[in-house]
Amino acid sequence: MGKKQAGTGPLSRRPDNSAFKQQRLPAWSPSLTPQTVLPTFYILSLVCLLLGIWLLITVEYTYELKVDYTDAGTCEQCFNLRKHAIDSSTPCKCTVSFHVPKTFPRVSFQHDVVRLSARCLPQGDVFFYYGLRNFHQNLRRYMDSRDDAQMVGRKNNLKAPSSYCAPFDYDANGKPIAPCGAVANSMFNDSLTVMYNPTDGSKIQVPLYRKGIAWYTDKNVKFRNPPTNNTFSLQQAFEGTTRPLYWQRPVYELDDIDSNNNGFINDDLIVWMREAAFPNFKKLYGVLNRAQGPFTEGLPAGNYTLSINYNFPVEPFRGRKELVISMVTWFGGQNYFLPIAYLVTSGLILVTAVVLTTVFVKVGKKGKNMEE
Amino acid sequence: MDGACFRETLRTRRRWPDVMAIWKKDIRIALEEERHVRANDRDYNERFSYADNRIKTAKYNVFTFLPINLFEQFQRFANAYFLVLLILQLIPEISSLSWFTTIVPLVLVLAITAVKDATDDYFRHKSDQQVNTRQSQVLIKGKLQNEKWMNVRVGDIIKLENNQFVAADLLLLSSSEPYGLCYIETAELDGETNLKVRQALTVTSDLGDDVAKLADFSGEVICEPPNNKLDKFTGTLCWKDNKYSLDNEKMLLRGCVLRNTEWCFGLVIFAGLQTKLMQNCGRTKFKRTSIDKLMNTLVLWIFGFLICMGIILAIGNTIWEQKVGSDFWEYLQWKELTINAVFSGFLTFWSYIIILNTVVPISLYVSVEVLRLGHSYFINWDRRMYYSRKDTPAEARTTTLNEELGQVEFIFSDKTGTLTQNIMVFNKCSINGKTYGDVYDEFGHKVDITKQKTPCVDFSFNPLMDRKFRFHDSSLVEAIKLEEPLVQEFFRLLALCHTIMPEERNEGELVYQAQSPDEGALVTAARNFGFVFRSRTPETITLYEMGQAVTYQLLAILDFNNVRKRMSVIVRNPKGQLKLYSKGADTILFDRLDPSNEELMFTTSEHLNEFAGEGLRTLALAYKDLDEDVFDEWMKKLLFASTALDNREEKLGALYEEIEQGMLLLGATAIEDKLQEGVPETIACLTLANIKIWVLTGDKLETAMNIGYSCNMLRDDMNTVFIISGHTMLEVQQELRTAKEKIMGPSKDKFSSGLDMEKTELYSSDSVFEETIIAEYALIINGHSLAHALEADLEQILVDVACLCKTVICCRVTPLQKALVVELIKRHKRAVTLAIGDGANDVSMIKTAHIGVGISGQEGMQAVLASDYSFAQFRYLQRLLLVHGRWSYHRMCNFLCYFFYKNFAFTLVHFWYGFLCGFSAQTVYDQWFITLFNIVYTSLPVLAMGLFDQDVNEQYSLRFPNLYRPGQLNQLFNKRKFFTCTLQGVCTSFILFFIPYGAFMTAVRDDGAHISDQQTFAVTIATSLVIVVSVQIGLDTNYWTAVNHFFIWGSLAVYFAILFAMHSDGIFTIFPNQFPFIGTARNSLNQKIVWLVILLTTVVCIMPMVAVRFIKADLYPTQTDKVRLLQQATRKQGPQEQNLRRVRRTSSRRSAYAFAHQQGYGELITSGKNMKVPTSSTSTYPLYSPTRGLTGTSSVKNSGVNDTTRDQTETYSTGFRRESDQSQEVTVEDLEAR
Repeated sequence: MGKKQAGTGPLSRRPDNSAFKQQRLPAWSPSLTPQTVLPTFYILSLVCLLLGIWLLITVEYTYELKVDYTDAGTCEQCFNLRKHAIDSSTPCKCTVSFHVPKTFPRVSFQHDVVRLSARCLPQGDVFFYYGLRNFHQNLRRYMDSRDDAQMVGRKNNLKAPSSYCAPFDYDANGKPIAPCGAVANSMFNDSLTVMYNPTDGSKIQVPLYRKGIAWYTDKNVKFRNPPTNNTFSLQQAFEGTTRPLYWQRPVYELDDIDSNNNGFINDDLIVWMREAAFPNFKKLYGVLNRAQGPFTEGLPAGNYTLSINYNFPVEPFRGRKELVISMVTWFGGQNYFLPIAYLVTSGLILVTAVVLTTVFVKVGKKGKNMEE
Repeated sequence: MDGACFRETLRTRRRWPDVMAIWKKDIRIALEEERHVRANDRDYNERFSYADNRIKTAKYNVFTFLPINLFEQFQRFANAYFLVLLILQLIPEISSLSWFTTIVPLVLVLAITAVKDATDDYFRHKSDQQVNTRQSQVLIKGKLQNEKWMNVRVGDIIKLENNQFVAADLLLLSSSEPYGLCYIETAELDGETNLKVRQALTVTSDLGDDVAKLADFSGEVICEPPNNKLDKFTGTLCWKDNKYSLDNEKMLLRGCVLRNTEWCFGLVIFAGLQTKLMQNCGRTKFKRTSIDKLMNTLVLWIFGFLICMGIILAIGNTIWEQKVGSDFWEYLQWKELTINAVFSGFLTFWSYIIILNTVVPISLYVSVEVLRLGHSYFINWDRRMYYSRKDTPAEARTTTLNEELGQVEFIFSDKTGTLTQNIMVFNKCSINGKTYGDVYDEFGHKVDITKQKTPCVDFSFNPLMDRKFRFHDSSLVEAIKLEEPLVQEFFRLLALCHTIMPEERNEGELVYQAQSPDEGALVTAARNFGFVFRSRTPETITLYEMGQAVTYQLLAILDFNNVRKRMSVIVRNPKGQLKLYSKGADTILFDRLDPSNEELMFTTSEHLNEFAGEGLRTLALAYKDLDEDVFDEWMKKLLFASTALDNREEKLGALYEEIEQGMLLLGATAIEDKLQEGVPETIACLTLANIKIWVLTGDKLETAMNIGYSCNMLRDDMNTVFIISGHTMLEVQQELRTAKEKIMGPSKDKFSSGLDMEKTELYSSDSVFEETIIAEYALIINGHSLAHALEADLEQILVDVACLCKTVICCRVTPLQKALVVELIKRHKRAVTLAIGDGANDVSMIKTAHIGVGISGQEGMQAVLASDYSFAQFRYLQRLLLVHGRWSYHRMCNFLCYFFYKNFAFTLVHFWYGFLCGFSAQTVYDQWFITLFNIVYTSLPVLAMGLFDQDVNEQYSLRFPNLYRPGQLNQLFNKRKFFTCTLQGVCTSFILFFIPYGAFMTAVRDDGAHISDQQTFAVTIATSLVIVVSVQIGLDTNYWTAVNHFFIWGSLAVYFAILFAMHSDGIFTIFPNQFPFIGTARNSLNQKIVWLVILLTTVVCIMPMVAVRFIKADLYPTQTDKVRLLQQATRKQGPQEQNLRRVRRTSSRRSAYAFAHQQGYGELITSGKNMKVPTSSTSTYPLYSPTRGLTGTSSVKNSGVNDTTRDQTETYSTGFRRESDQSQEVTVEDLEAR
């Protein structure tokens, strides 16, 4: 190529002979040949089948129980009471009893797998969720109505919440609300206590871990209390703000047992603030503490009573509330969708693969269509 | 040279031209009805505020750049649309997305365009500056001063010197040459490289170069206002109470170059932007490709679709608000939202318009431009389209038409200079019954003359030889050296009988300025064989015969014209003998030979047939000894006739005829009208690609047919060659009908003869029908017939017949007709047309056609300046179309399909989500993802595909020309394709949304915490989307270069990098409200369920596509599939030797005599007016006559061509074309370029 390069004068405008400019870059040009496509289909079908079966078996062995307590048992009167916003501050307690037909085992069947993959599992295999139906945490205006800068403890935002929080930024007296916004305002505030009623007639409260139920990053990064400098209390830090309209307590008194769980870093608040994507959702309420009593091996079968401090109204938006007790699997909660979807996909791919093979063998075998 | 015009053209071609400027200009023109210019009187002229000579093609300066550029950019629909969106986003009630999602891409797009505009403008500034600061000598206050061009004013007198550019439109006042003549070259204006003569008025040419007199000159010119007519000028000069009329013959236009004239003075009439050159610029229409138009339609459809979706969702919102939402808002005590469901629906509509705006991809237009720019660069860089002999690379002068190159159906080609080199080569001759020119080997077999191997004849015995001349048969030189009298006489004739002007710059360095290249070739041949034509005066011709100076007395030139088809000279040689030498068409000369010559005539005739069979152009030569008495007698009659007032032409013709009788045959010459290299092969290849090639030429029928045969467009085995040459409308109609019936004849049972118009159109537009006609026909149509055929009544039948013929040749067409023919096909066939040409006469056609290609490397630039692509050789067209065009089209189509698919898949997820989030216009994705998806995560892989993809490599593209077919049929991207790919996008979005939805409804993390929150959902879908579209682009990419790998994998890597960066602690603590997704990536992507969902989504989205493509390729393989398969099969075996298509010229047709169309310079020579003679003779001469020889009477003979167009035909087809280098390029580079 460089042979003629010497005389650069007359050939000065000659384009370079680089592979790039001459469009001769070395390249791999794959194409859909039967040798690659058909095996891919079969293999994919097999992979999906195996995954589907595995997931299905896993799901089959897990267990979930839902207790709708919206207006069940003695809660009907509370349900009616909460219809009217005027009575919102009147406390109302009620109980609902339910039956657990089968023990929630401590360790799920796929023992080894779990051991291998989930060493960091929290100390309990039974999870208590509260579930809400028809509650639209995913509405745009609702979702936006929060101030993350305030929740990370910024002084300025504490005193002057973001305009996104409007109309839940200042109360009627012009005092800033902390935490501001519709999301925080509508926080789920029923408190649930589950009592185990063994056949002997005694009542044992099911012990729950109420902490450690939020994402680590949320608890430690996204939500921070305003600085207290160890010199003044959390209450002082929140001075000059007021609690959200629907709240009975100010934010710094959310947890009366554990003072470290107060303010913006309250686990329940954090869990609530992680807005659900769909109108029907469940959020973690607590994890069974297996330290003692009959619960060391999980949640035993038997009769239970759920007693509720019924604060959260659902009637106005025709919603439902429920308690969900569930186990988790290696890939998440009790979930039939994925295994079935995988199995269906596997089947479809297999059918396609067979069709493709037939077509290829019968009609389109190489050579016939090669002719010009 | 004066690049201003070209730049002007470019500028207007770039979309929205400065309509404002043109409009302003028009106003000024409208105001100026008459121009008054007084020489040397600046004060007077300034009252009219004429434009000064400063050229300003640049649009901006430093301060106006930003506002003007932004203003222009926002006039583009897409940009304005995004600006509106941006404004919508600032309304909090509507804003469903933060402002940055729009402003980031918008700013990016605007910035890229602005940078491009700024660089363009910078170069315009620079070249403006360069032109404006050129020096010229201006007469100011009685003194000649050097001034910059931009300071020249209307009314100034300026002095020009030889080889200088003319600075403005000047009225020629005086020159160094006698009679106030001056010569100019107008290549820049009209592409003609021959010299033109201009002549000053007598009164002004008397001023000479006397500066004092010139400074006193106070004539006033009253003339037309500025216009763009290059060949017309009307005005009067008032000076000293006399009026003199002025015409174009006295004007020197800006852009011309002064030649052969030492100096001249001129009065500036039009300056700067008002010069005819500048007025001629910028009229170019902005060409758009069909894909462009389709794209605009589709974008409008998408808008419609967007609005529909907005309405659906808004209605959904209204209903939802009424049934569900109002309760919820009431429960929250959010008063402002509980007011009115219909109003809420209205707001939702706008919110969704904002969210869904990404279906109209903001980066689409920019990306398309980038692609086209890239493709243009690949054309510019292509070494196999680089012509080393002229050091001319191919050039894509427009960057907007590339993909249209892959859709061409009709090529309209000029002949001279395009198919042929316009180089005439003295190839063979027959002297006294013996042929010379062929080379035989030792066994007596003819040797194929190839350029390098065959040794050339050594002419070193002749110091005055032309080094470029090549001849292979040494026997002729031997004959010369043996001093065979007839051979000598043969070359003497060639050296004497012509109208060439010699120019000897240095000793022995002769340049012939020939009126026709044929003559040049003949005289050059004579020169090399030792009969050197050295100089001439009006009365003498001096030859150097084998080194000896011999002066002949020139007694008469019996000039050429179209009827005579011959020319003769009568000379007296030094011995005192009178001789008549004649050359002309064989048929004409053979009739005028002495009967004793019969035997020789037969032999020569056989030779002529042989020459013709090889496609050579022939001339017969004859001479005659004259008697002194007879000649004297004749001469008297001639003088008498030449002063006759009426029928002078006829009388002269009769006299010529009288003396050209009883001549003795000397022999014949065979001149090769050299085809450009590879022309027959290229034409054959393009024909195989189903591209119809029409030759439109100004040449005569015979010449055109001759070239048709030598290009293999016409063949002996063709069924019929129809020649349409009727002179009246009826004749033409009849001829066309007959032709049509003949073609349709065999299939008459199917198609009744009485086809009405629509039916015919139906049939003729049906390609299947066209292909069923196996027989091959050709149509040749003459210019005057074409004029009739192009009328409204006949154009339909013309199109029908022409499209049924394999070959169409139009000869004797004017530039205007060329454009009309192109226009006709554009209108009737809805096909993409390409026009290729090299001269000014092709400009109209180049501008009319969808794609104009100019042959560059010639001296004239006009065609190139008007063209969209230019290269040096016709054969590069094959590569431009079949390789670059096809790739471009393929890439652009795939690009668009993918782009629409991608954006639909991306955006419509929001639509599905609407049903679950109460139609509240909540986005599925993180806002940053929306911002970056199109411009960062997915732009580069698809750009890489659009730039580098090759479905079939170049060798196979050229080897299987029918791969070009999909482009012509518009198969790769059309409305149907658009629907398929958007449908694919919609399905993908559906899967992308509902599989995660199903999985997440009940999902929790493996530690029990919930992950069915909106943020995790967003990350899951976004990740699936990026993976799915990346896999899809992988499927679409046929040619994975390192760049593709880098971009595809890189995009994925960048996606994850940015994802984690945006979800990191650090950025959150700085901007908590802008980056609320803190930790989501970490907490979701470590979950198996998320990956299970992504895997499932990807498989479900991709596998159907794979299956469909596979089964398509298997059951209905396209040509491309087949060739790909073949390519892969052969790649395994290693590269094969390409079977080069060799096209042999086979023609037994007797070629035609070809000569210039115009009467020669004979009169000018004999009158001596173009010779330098002592200026004493300046005093008396008849006004106007010197130029008569140039524009003389011959044109009358061209019957049938109407007046307005004739002039044009005449001027371009003749002239002193100077060809610098004629030998063929054998392309080592070509071979190297593999």
